[in-house]
Amino acid sequence: MSSSVDKSANPNTPPIYLDNQATTRVDPRVLEAMLPYFIEHFGNPHSTSHAYGHVAATAVEEARAEVAALIGADAREIVFTSGATEANNLAIKGAAHFARAHPQADRVRDHVVTLTTEHKCVLESCAQLEREGFAVTYVPVEPDGLVALDRLEAALTPRTLLVSVLAAHNEIGVIQPLAGVGALCRGRGVLLHTDAAQAAGKIPLDVEAMHIDLMSISGHKLYGPKGVGVLYVRRRPRVRLLPLIDGGGQERGLRSGTLPTPLCVGLGRAAAIAADEMAEEASRLRGLRDRLHTGLARRVPGLSLNGDAERRLPGNLNLSFPGIEAPSLIEACPSIAISTGSACTSAKVEPSYVLRALGLPDAVANSAIRIGLGRFNTAAEVDFAVDALAAAAARLGSNAGCAGASATPHDL
Amino acid sequence: MSNRTAPRPEASLDWAYLDWNATAPLRPQAAAAMTGALDICGNPSSVHRRGRAARQLVERSRAAVAALVGAPAESIVFVSGGTEANHLALLGAGQERVLVSAVEHDSVLRAVPEAEPIPVDRDGFVRLEALADRLAADPRPTLVSVMLANNETGVMQPVSEVATLAHAHGAVFHCDAVQAAGKIPLDIAAVGADLLTLSAHKLGGPPGVGALVLSGAVDLAPLQRGGGQERGRRAGTENAPGIAGFAAAAEAAATEIDRYRRVGQLRDGLEAAILALAPDAVIVGAAAARLPNTSAIAMPGTLAETQVMAFDLDGVMVSAGAACSSGKVGPSHVLAAMQLPPDIAAATIRVSLGWSSTEADVDRFVQSWAALYRRRRGLALEACAA
Repeated sequence: MSSSVDKSANPNTPPIYLDNQATTRVDPRVLEAMLPYFIEHFGNPHSTSHAYGHVAATAVEEARAEVAALIGADAREIVFTSGATEANNLAIKGAAHFARAHPQADRVRDHVVTLTTEHKCVLESCAQLEREGFAVTYVPVEPDGLVALDRLEAALTPRTLLVSVLAAHNEIGVIQPLAGVGALCRGRGVLLHTDAAQAAGKIPLDVEAMHIDLMSISGHKLYGPKGVGVLYVRRRPRVRLLPLIDGGGQERGLRSGTLPTPLCVGLGRAAAIAADEMAEEASRLRGLRDRLHTGLARRVPGLSLNGDAERRLPGNLNLSFPGIEAPSLIEACPSIAISTGSACTSAKVEPSYVLRALGLPDAVANSAIRIGLGRFNTAAEVDFAVDALAAAAARLGSNAGCAGASATPHDL
Repeated sequence: MSNRTAPRPEASLDWAYLDWNATAPLRPQAAAAMTGALDICGNPSSVHRRGRAARQLVERSRAAVAALVGAPAESIVFVSGGTEANHLALLGAGQERVLVSAVEHDSVLRAVPEAEPIPVDRDGFVRLEALADRLAADPRPTLVSVMLANNETGVMQPVSEVATLAHAHGAVFHCDAVQAAGKIPLDIAAVGADLLTLSAHKLGGPPGVGALVLSGAVDLAPLQRGGGQERGRRAGTENAPGIAGFAAAAEAAATEIDRYRRVGQLRDGLEAAILALAPDAVIVGAAAARLPNTSAIAMPGTLAETQVMAFDLDGVMVSAGAACSSGKVGPSHVLAAMQLPPDIAAATIRVSLGWSSTEADVDRFVQSWAALYRRRRGLALEACAA
């Protein structure tokens, strides 16, 4: 399983990958860690009767500890899932269903608070709860994409069970003030769930310092494999959930199904690498990101950045090119892989609900692209992207037809 | 029979892996497909070229997995595994009442705890007359879930008759085909299932991926909500490399299905050898139609846990039942439903073979079994004498 983007003279060279918020390439070190568990150590980790099972189970437990260490948790608080979507569903519906099934004598808890800009899987889980009779408050964000703590506080009621807030945003990259949200929640006995699919491994997260009770992590967003994620579930004080998927009783009954050993091992290794290299990588990505942003700003009049400039993921940009429809810009730059926003909804034509929630006019929202720089991007790639995007924007802006198509990444 | 193409796990060169119903080694074709897929690195929902390449891969894989069960590509919903597929079928089909055979996997039984169990006979077959009675007794919209082959005993259910009965009463029929797929030829129309569950890692694909196959016009509500992936039936970024591995394994399984004829001969030879050694040994479900690879064998008087530990020391890997619950104590609900006497049930182990199993694996097992049997019998005789 070899090779990153090969920029030799092959005309089929894949485009430069600048969509690291959609998914990331598996780090070769992660792949190396996973391979033995696909091939020779293929045992079912729940087979307790023989050595194949023991070898797999040991590897899963090591991976659990590695993920826990990334967020300051205990290994016993890590529940493996099939991804962040499942983890978010499990956290939100699981907590609500448990509260309904085990009502407290003194206090009804049937209210959930979240943000209007959350990922679809959080919003859809909340919508499902509303259909089941729970109340949900969707708190709007400020024009910079951040939640104002006083607004969030005002949404809390004595019936509030859970607050769910994205750690870092998948489209606009903004980093929410989790520690502040955590303090608000802890003071009121409200559970805090955070979807950290984009944040884990990119920025420091500490479940203790931030008072986080539930946290979703995705493997494929941090250079690990697809098909695996984690829900952190606090043990002290214990957070109780009803499982969405029951059966063999794996993962302490919270998530049944045979654990995919190689995927768990990959996620563990990815977490360990991220923990080791986070500071250095973040500073490198910030440099690349600023180089890209300033390079483009110099050449594209009226270019605007969506979302707070400072409190955002190191590799993320969300930029509006005035007067240019984002899909046309993307089409004009086939040699770079970028997107208009969330991948799961990017096949749809409607403008991003996230950008609308920032109060941006449709014209600005419709001209926004997302650029996600990652571990394997280079300064040369960034410069190439600046050229391709600026040239395309110039031609599209002057209605001069298809641009950028002549440029290819092989020239680097 | 050569093992040239089959993976022989390195660590086990002198181990006999006979726990294929727990998980199977990755087929080399699946490893190759996943290697290629990992190089694509795109989110299948992204519209750029990397994303489209990942999307093409997922769609090609969809057709290949569908072909394993004679279904059209669009009938496949990719999920994280058999457990999730069973939940999606039972909970997503939106039927008010659920009937399940008493020998279903825990992932079916626990998906709908209030489901009504349909008893099985001593051979392990679901009692069709009981099913008919239950179907007739209650007019509410109903889902019937009966597995194709049992994970502990290999007993194959009369699924097409179950389907006919269910459909005659307007019920939806779900069939968990996790253990059968890849071991016997499988056609969803012949089974008569409206919903069919598949798992990749049981047929030589990677763990962490499975499929629910939909036939006809079953409306499915998603369990897991979010982005609109899998036509809104299952949210979450598709595990493209895993799906590619699943498809390659499914293709290889279909191509090499004949290997299971030889596996059946090995299994039959194994059982004959055990019975020749020990006339008191019991082969559970021996009178029933069974998968060619599975044998549930009781060594009366010796607890299953004792047996698997002794065999493990000899480098022979078998299990005391389903892997997911093998850490638990308590008798198998499958063997209890077959009205096996509790002492026999407690002494029953599962031996399961696969496409690369060899005569040497079987010999190794029989020798280990014989040695333990003689030791235990010697102890029993000493005890009598004392």
